[in-house]
Amino acid sequence: MAMFQMLTANRLADGDVVYWRGGSWVTALDRGELFAAKAEGEAALAAAQEFVIRNIVVNPYLFEVREDRSPVKERELIRAAGPTVRADLGKQAEGLAAAPGDPSADFASTPALQAREKEDDVSI
Amino acid sequence: MYRYDEFDAAFVRERVAQFRYQVERRLSGELNEDQFKPLRLMNGLYLQLHAYMLRIAVPYGTLSSRQMRMLAHIARTYDKGYGHFTTRQNLQFNWPKLKDVPDILADLATVEMHAIQTSGNCIRNVTADHFAGAARDEIEDPRPVAEIIRQWSSLHPEFTFLPRKFKIAVGGAKHDRAALKFHDMAVEIVKNDAGETGYRVLAGGGMGRTPYLGYVVGDFVAKQDLLAFLEAVMRVYNQEGRRDNIFKARIKILAHALGQEEMRRRIEREFAEIKEAGTLRLPDEEIARIGAYFAPPVFEELSDEVPRGDADFEAWTKTNLHPHRAPGYAIATVSLKPIGGVPGDCSAEQMDALADLMDQHGLAEIRVSHEQNLVLPHVRKKDLPAIHARLKELGLATANAGLVTDIIACPGLDYCDLANARSIPVAQAIATRLAPRQNEIGELKIKISGCINACGHHHAGHIGILGVDKKGVEFYQLQLGGSGAEDAAIGEIMGPGLGAHEIVDAVERVVDTYLELRRGGERFLETYRRVGPEPFKNMIYREQLHAAH
Amino acid sequence: MPLIRNGGLAENIFADAPDSGPLPDGPAVVSLTRFLAERETLFARNAPLGVRLKSDESPEGMGEDVQRLELVVLEFPKFRDGRAFSWARILRTRLGYRGEIRATGDFLYDQIAFMHRVGIDAFEVSGKITPEMVRRALGEIGAVYQPSADGRKTIRQLREDNVSPSRGRTL
Repeated sequence: MAMFQMLTANRLADGDVVYWRGGSWVTALDRGELFAAKAEGEAALAAAQEFVIRNIVVNPYLFEVREDRSPVKERELIRAAGPTVRADLGKQAEGLAAAPGDPSADFASTPALQAREKEDDVSI
Repeated sequence: MYRYDEFDAAFVRERVAQFRYQVERRLSGELNEDQFKPLRLMNGLYLQLHAYMLRIAVPYGTLSSRQMRMLAHIARTYDKGYGHFTTRQNLQFNWPKLKDVPDILADLATVEMHAIQTSGNCIRNVTADHFAGAARDEIEDPRPVAEIIRQWSSLHPEFTFLPRKFKIAVGGAKHDRAALKFHDMAVEIVKNDAGETGYRVLAGGGMGRTPYLGYVVGDFVAKQDLLAFLEAVMRVYNQEGRRDNIFKARIKILAHALGQEEMRRRIEREFAEIKEAGTLRLPDEEIARIGAYFAPPVFEELSDEVPRGDADFEAWTKTNLHPHRAPGYAIATVSLKPIGGVPGDCSAEQMDALADLMDQHGLAEIRVSHEQNLVLPHVRKKDLPAIHARLKELGLATANAGLVTDIIACPGLDYCDLANARSIPVAQAIATRLAPRQNEIGELKIKISGCINACGHHHAGHIGILGVDKKGVEFYQLQLGGSGAEDAAIGEIMGPGLGAHEIVDAVERVVDTYLELRRGGERFLETYRRVGPEPFKNMIYREQLHAAH
Repeated sequence: MPLIRNGGLAENIFADAPDSGPLPDGPAVVSLTRFLAERETLFARNAPLGVRLKSDESPEGMGEDVQRLELVVLEFPKFRDGRAFSWARILRTRLGYRGEIRATGDFLYDQIAFMHRVGIDAFEVSGKITPEMVRRALGEIGAVYQPSADGRKTIRQLREDNVSPSRGRTL
């Protein structure tokens, strides 16, 4: 029974599909955050609005997945991988699961994180 | 074909600058998405499943070799090396980045192209017969009219925020190759009893959730009154089209709610006022000036024989050629439907090679048909072997024009944000299954749409397939008996949706039924109209009927 | 709300009158409903009169009386609702209205050029749009293909004005 959710959006500047992970966005579904409870998903969606306001992503929404992150709907499967009729295009051709900590996959951190980073900088 | 002068060029450059400014304001946040969306749609930019999609206007489907080369350049430079030709004669790129689009538009402007009004609630690309200027049954080339309408509708200040999109087609031949009756408005070139040329105007056609065939709103509009009449239709629609429900907002709803008599009365009233004001009167000189751009090429005097060749060549000449008005010439369909390939897709390499072919053998011109093929309108018959050989090298010589494997399919769920189901794999599976029998089957137009927006024109398919969503699973509805020609008809739904694993078998059973029942040289559509839907329904749902017993 | 007219900020001298009850002294704007009901009384006031049209209200309901108005306000409930473009066009070219046509409500900077072409000459803005932006918007469309209420020469007319008809054409 699919009881999990994930959060996705499109990046404004290039239209690429991205997934929410811990206050930021990644390009690979496999690395996206899994929400077991509805409230978690709703909280993430609310936090994601920040990125809409900052013109980084458009139209974030929650979608259903199974525990192994496989989407329930065909549409999200295709969105995560690329066109089924062109295996040479889209994320499926670029390596669906980016390596952890890969800077090119991750995005600008949230303002909260930035503020914390600033506080940590004692040299100023 | 039409050539921009400095005014046209300035117009397009201004649009590029305007859109560049809009993109800046969007990226900076001065415009939010809700405000930006209608603006980017006005420049043909959608946000789809994987990426943005840019729809480039190909006015009445006509391209020069120079323009074709630019499309190849854009595919290579900004996209992933290919484009997709659509059922409205346009070209779509599936992977542009928003920040690159102003540059893409700037590049397009250098070859007199743009993406203006290819989306949004405005007047869209004006389409026309893809055999224009070449076909034997032509009364008059529809493209000058299409060009006049294009200019008049470009950034029309009054009609840029219509209730919904508005699609116009122009026809100029006995046979309707532009699906006129399925358009919001259509202009048909006709001759009256005195032999004068004028326009029959239709309105109220449309596909989608509630398909309708258009009806006549102007029996014979004089040439100089064309724009005044069209403006009248647009004004009635802009004022009275529904804005409360997006599914009831097209002119077809208004036209059929009011009825033909009342609709004509309102249009006539507007027309009388606009005509009286005189500002939209089309002078003969202007009609002639535009017409001169489309003057036919000088045709050589040549033998009308088709040269012989190998089996592949012979097969191709039997299916992919259409009679040309000039002896010694032919109209050649370049198939973008390789068996098992993606219908309508064309790689950058193919585009470049076609541009060369156009220069060498095609008088530098090519057409995009609304059936997602390309057409070389003026080829010398003696050049056909060389042309075919080159097309074969490029994978563009499939001998299937109008046959069951010449399938029209929208991008569907593989690409499109609006889709319920995939359409391309269905097309591929059907084509692969039926290719061995395609010549035996004969003319059979299959059209597949991935959702009710009907971009695959499934209502006009002899066999129409519509993707529907049943709890997140892909299902397909089958319709039979549609036609987009002068015998226009909306296909009849056969019954409940079929699963992805059932649809190809069902289509094959429909074909088998036709082959069994056909008499003489009946095409599928003729057999269907003679015997009706029952024999087909029974075969399609045979398994379900057996299971029920 | 700021009013922009003739390229700069303008003073709004008109007061909005409710649908019933006493009318304000001086220039007043009434709804179409009130106008149709109290036409003669309103004109008898001897003060400038304006009518406010909702997006589904055609100015043709006012007939030739429209020429006695000094202001017509066209409402844009949502920028996508483009009916007011036709209302403005009809006011100018069919009903011969010469007074101010003022747009109010939800409209975009990017619509201003079109609005001006159909005859809207004043803009009640939310504050995000400045007179400078309006001036810029009006300059965004240089040459136009179709005639409208602004009387601008079309590209075809400009071509006819020029001496060389073969300019730009390569045959």
